Amino acid sequence: MSNTTTDDSLITTEVQADSNDDRAAPAAGTAVAARDLNVFYGDEQAIDDVTMEIPEKRVTALIGPSGCGKSTFLRCINRMNDMIEICRVEGDVEFGGKNVYGPNVDPVALRRKIGMVFQKPNPFPKSIRDNVAYGLKIQGYDGDVDARVEESLKGAALWDEVKDQLDSSGLELSGGQQQRLCIARAIAPDPEVILMDEPTSALDPVAASKIEDLIDDLAEEYTVIIVTHNMQQAARISDRTAVFLTGGELVEYDDTAKIFEDPEEQRVEDYITGKFG
Amino acid sequence: MTDSTESPDLTRRGGLTRLKEGTYGGLFAACAAITLLTTAAIFVTLLSDAVVFFRSISIVEFLTGTNWSPNPAGGGQAFGIIPLLIGTLTVTFTAALISIPIGTLTAIYLSEYATPNARSILKPLLEILAGIPTVVYGYFALVYITPALKATLFPEMSTFNALAASIMVGIMTIPMVSSISEDAMSAVPDELRQAGYGLGATKFEVSTGIVVPASISGIASSYILAVSRAIGETMIVVVAMGAQARMPEIQEAAFGIPFINPADVLLESGMTITVAMVQITGGDLTGGTLPYNSMFALGLALFAVTLVMNVISDIIAQRYREEY
Repeated sequence: MSNTTTDDSLITTEVQADSNDDRAAPAAGTAVAARDLNVFYGDEQAIDDVTMEIPEKRVTALIGPSGCGKSTFLRCINRMNDMIEICRVEGDVEFGGKNVYGPNVDPVALRRKIGMVFQKPNPFPKSIRDNVAYGLKIQGYDGDVDARVEESLKGAALWDEVKDQLDSSGLELSGGQQQRLCIARAIAPDPEVILMDEPTSALDPVAASKIEDLIDDLAEEYTVIIVTHNMQQAARISDRTAVFLTGGELVEYDDTAKIFEDPEEQRVEDYITGKFG
Repeated sequence: MTDSTESPDLTRRGGLTRLKEGTYGGLFAACAAITLLTTAAIFVTLLSDAVVFFRSISIVEFLTGTNWSPNPAGGGQAFGIIPLLIGTLTVTFTAALISIPIGTLTAIYLSEYATPNARSILKPLLEILAGIPTVVYGYFALVYITPALKATLFPEMSTFNALAASIMVGIMTIPMVSSISEDAMSAVPDELRQAGYGLGATKFEVSTGIVVPASISGIASSYILAVSRAIGETMIVVVAMGAQARMPEIQEAAFGIPFINPADVLLESGMTITVAMVQITGGDLTGGTLPYNSMFALGLALFAVTLVMNVISDIIAQRYREEY
């Protein structure tokens, strides 16, 4: 285990390359904010009093060891945790200034504004076209569906590969293509935020790097919040990084460059340099 | 690890292991062969005795005849399958109208809506429904359903009638549809539901737009099973529908298209192919006589009807399949 000096310098250079990015500079509005958020699974606390603001049209990475609550946090934002019976949420999650756990919020309406991409590519067993159009269909989109499908597939950098086979099954694509199809499906209804739960962990490195490039492009238009196990990936693609450690505690949350070069907390440094986790 | 000089032993293993493997394979194949051979044997028996029957009664006469009286006290015998076919198809179709929608919706409820607790209580209960002897269903139809229908909707209805029997056959086959369909729906990977919910789909949209299409081949096989069961059902029909091979009146509608008033079939007594077979065996049966041989012709016809149903549902399932 000698991944201290060399790896660190690697990350640093890449982070610096990223911070030259034009979207890193100006201050942005807040897309999603958590206030005093606590989440429990039965008696077990999964998120411990987290307060954080996530800027719009930026890539925010949530990193941390397994079981640290980062996926739970992600799933609080679009209330996917509602489906887990023993899950209890306390505190606020604000999206567009509204508490998504407020009394009059319909999670179905909320999820139409927040797209989600999962760990394992999960296209529907339908044609490529129907996969992308699914969100449009259920939301009663009255524009030109085919045009929107094309636009979304282009947005997911998949159009050139599939434009001649839109009617074949989404399951016939490779794993990386399937994941980009899932991204196209998520962006088709034009959400404001895209949640990604370890979107590249089931993919080979080449496919993963295509997704990473894509995430960078997506942040031009969307707020991207990504959970990842891969610290290099967080360093490469994100503008802001939140480090969760065991027990659902948000230990440090700052600009990605700062987290990877000069973290305030010793525990974060230990985690990033591989001494812990 | 490569510095070991001893090369690994890769020689084929000795006789006993191979013999054992061969025996297992043979044993499993033999079990599979039993079903296959039984089916083949049944088919051959049906065919050989039916051929004897068709030497006396032509196939055309058998298939187009509208009178079924295999063993009359006096007068001539007649072997026309049409009244029996009408009886069988009426019961099957009406029962399917009940079991398929109710069974499918029950399956959707159990798989997608019910809490784990509710499911663990309801599913065994439904399966008990499948364990009730059919003769009990038959009496239930005769003693409760017919009087209830008579008192409310159809005062003219005959005591033995096709409608009550069909309703009961339908109820009996609900658990087959719901149980097998539920298994198929539960097997749909949860990631697909998550994807749907993540896009803002409602539970109803996920159930009908994602889960049902993804499990359609399992659902279709539950329909095949339920329909085949309805075709073959005998006891309920004997008890509740009577055993009168009645030919409904064929009327002429506009443009000379012949049609049968459904009420004329449903509200009256009737006979199905299976009941006709039971009736023949119930009499003083002598092997080699024409009524005896007619049984095999009927069996063959039943076999053909079931086969056609299976093929049709298979084609339909193929058409809508969305395999995950």
